[in-house]
Amino acid sequence: MKTYEKIIEKIILISAAVSTISVALITVFIFQSGLPVLAEYGICEFIFGTTWSPTNGSYGILPLITGTLSITLGALAIGIPTGIACAIFLSEVLPKKAAKAFKSAIELLAGIPSVVYGFFGLVVIVPAIRSYVLPIYQIFDPEVSATGFSILAGSIILAIMILPTIVSISENSISAVPREFKEASLALGANKGETIVRVLIPAAKSGILSSIILGMGRAIGETMAVILITGNMAKVPGSIMDPVATLTGTIAMEMGYASPTHQQALFAVGIILFLIIMLLNMIAQFSMRGLGGKAS
Amino acid sequence: MKKIVSIALVMILALGALTGCGAKVGDTGTGKEASGTVVTAGSTSVQPLSEELGAAFMDANPGISVEVQGGGSGQGIKAIQEKIADFGALSRNVKEEEKTSVTEEIVIAKDGVAVIVNPESKVGNLTLEQIKNIFTGKISNWSEVGGENAAIVVVSREEGSGTRGAFTEITKVMEKNEAGEEIDNTTKDALVQGSTGAVMQTVATTPNTIGYVSLGSLSDTVKTVNVEGVTPSEETVLSGEYRISRPFLYVTGGELTEAAQIFIDFVLSEEGQAIVEESGFIPVI
Repeated sequence: MKTYEKIIEKIILISAAVSTISVALITVFIFQSGLPVLAEYGICEFIFGTTWSPTNGSYGILPLITGTLSITLGALAIGIPTGIACAIFLSEVLPKKAAKAFKSAIELLAGIPSVVYGFFGLVVIVPAIRSYVLPIYQIFDPEVSATGFSILAGSIILAIMILPTIVSISENSISAVPREFKEASLALGANKGETIVRVLIPAAKSGILSSIILGMGRAIGETMAVILITGNMAKVPGSIMDPVATLTGTIAMEMGYASPTHQQALFAVGIILFLIIMLLNMIAQFSMRGLGGKAS
Repeated sequence: MKKIVSIALVMILALGALTGCGAKVGDTGTGKEASGTVVTAGSTSVQPLSEELGAAFMDANPGISVEVQGGGSGQGIKAIQEKIADFGALSRNVKEEEKTSVTEEIVIAKDGVAVIVNPESKVGNLTLEQIKNIFTGKISNWSEVGGENAAIVVVSREEGSGTRGAFTEITKVMEKNEAGEEIDNTTKDALVQGSTGAVMQTVATTPNTIGYVSLGSLSDTVKTVNVEGVTPSEETVLSGEYRISRPFLYVTGGELTEAAQIFIDFVLSEEGQAIVEESGFIPVI
């Protein structure tokens, strides 16, 4: 082997090692900083405690966990149908040229900084929920009063934010379904709608699923936009009109001025967030493997 | 085999480079002359301001180093008693029993917090007691304080925020419990926003809200509430009439060293007070 080849090989090796070591270091660092508090405070009290009030020494993060999960679920509930419908529209309904313009507009959404989404939510979505959604809600429960800072607002903004991910990956995988599948289906007398629902979507299933997983990852980790519009009230929510605090938002807001124990507690919140994301990724990957097996 | 060895080597090298991170960076006690060091210790609210002032001062006077320590206002008094600091930093007035150990009190800045409500609110004046009860959740309807019949929406800052610290301390929202621990009783039904701008935006656009921001960053998108009949402004804070305010003091326990004298002159100079204003506090000259 020539010398320069060896050198290049080493450089590539180091580059590969950097990413692996980064993951390892971050993991070690977070666990090292957060575990003492977990051990001292008690893992059960930490995860299932309902009072988050670091100044007073209570570190129960159940409200934060429910907050994060509820807006993520809400975002997926809005984002998945919209995203997949949009992907089908782009790949099957629109003519190629129009689809290209349409798609690049959607991909532009991914380039908007998240704090801008947050500000948009604060100025547009939150007041809109207060003046249009709240009256509908009050028909069923006249006692409800809400400010608009809510799970709903967070979910809507997050849904818009994860749309580019879901749309572009789903669209790619639907377009990648071999022509023969479609032709065979049409030749057998299925109409366009039946072909899309029965043939194209099942064939593109694994791509669509991975787009959902990536979108979910973005939704859970999103911080800036969420801080501005969910109200950050550390209380277990009772309805989608209630404000919530999220794991990421709490870490970002409180890290700046936190006292040493408080800071450790925030790292412990980071551990929980880490574990939740790992767990969701694992579930998603297993379910994908199962589905992928059947599809092929 | 060779491959595994080289991978291991790279890993070890990379880790070796990172072990340097383990050393504490806080060791500042090397190579200083006794006459060339100014130490301030005390209130954690004054600490960021002291650090700003210290940094600017050291740029102008490279021979003198300024060391800023925290610990709390009580610690500031203790530090000058034990002569381990040139200045004790306090974010409250000196108590009667502390007066004996203090030779001089120097007000370096004032800190004021304005209570703001939505511009459509009819409430224009609140007492300290009412403010406390609103923020602890005991008063939850505007009609109880002379407004319309609507639920009060409290907007607070995040835990650990300096503004929240000042506000809860002065209004007694933060109180000692029976065990003597400081407890922040801010209602759990408060919306929390992470910055002054976000609090203002929330209060400006959401009906029935009440919040607080530091005096330096008020704007006319929100309505300011008079406290005990006094309009918050730099003048009323400086005169002490406006109640949600506190002084930032440097106290001394004896003769100042030459370096300490140069430092305090700098703090009270135009340049020093400009830093006070930039940091969001109210300059005293």
